Amino acid sequence: MRDVRLMETGFSPAPPLAALARACPDAGGIASYVGRVRSAGVLALELQHYAPLTLPGMEALAEEAAARFGLEGVTLWHRVGRIRPAAPIVLAAAAARHRREALEAVAFLMDHLKCAAWLWKRERRADGWHWIEPREEDHAALARWKV
Amino acid sequence: MTVRVLFLGPLADIAGQAELRAEAPLDWTGLLAAVGPNVAEQLRDARVNLACAGRVLADKTTLQAHDGDEVALLPPVSGG
Repeated sequence: MRDVRLMETGFSPAPPLAALARACPDAGGIASYVGRVRSAGVLALELQHYAPLTLPGMEALAEEAAARFGLEGVTLWHRVGRIRPAAPIVLAAAAARHRREALEAVAFLMDHLKCAAWLWKRERRADGWHWIEPREEDHAALARWKV
Repeated sequence: MTVRVLFLGPLADIAGQAELRAEAPLDWTGLLAAVGPNVAEQLRDARVNLACAGRVLADKTTLQAHDGDEVALLPPVSGG
């Protein structure tokens, strides 16, 4: 089961997680990560995408994770547009026969989304808009999968 | 006979616009001239990618955009 979406409007992580669980009865474990807009100092967050590349890239990433970790199912939802503090930005979830594959797959998905998905993020703080670039540790986190 | 050139993310701020139209055909040298010196300087950064007609170019200096193509300037990404 693959459920990969770019969301123009807000979402709650619970329904897609329930759908993943229903679709994968043989999965012994489901791991998930929800990324949210930080509330401290951030008035709004905006995510820009490029339609010809962004969703196809996320679909390819989900396929790669499924193959690499032998997953029963993957859910990957990412917001675009303007998002308010504390609202979800991303949901990455993996269903696998055993816990380690599920947990590793979610880390793999998130490390790639941070540095290798066609998304651009900016935050509005008290002094205006600021574009966000991945940090050094984000690049290091991505590099560890390339062995 | 034009190529649509899109500026993604922070490049739109540097360009002062989200897109422009350039004469087709458009190659790498033509693109650098069309986008102005500030964006051209960013484009030479290895971390900035170029897509033409929905495909990311492995070597952006090989750009060959034809009439009706869309060229997207893709700065370093930040999702998740």
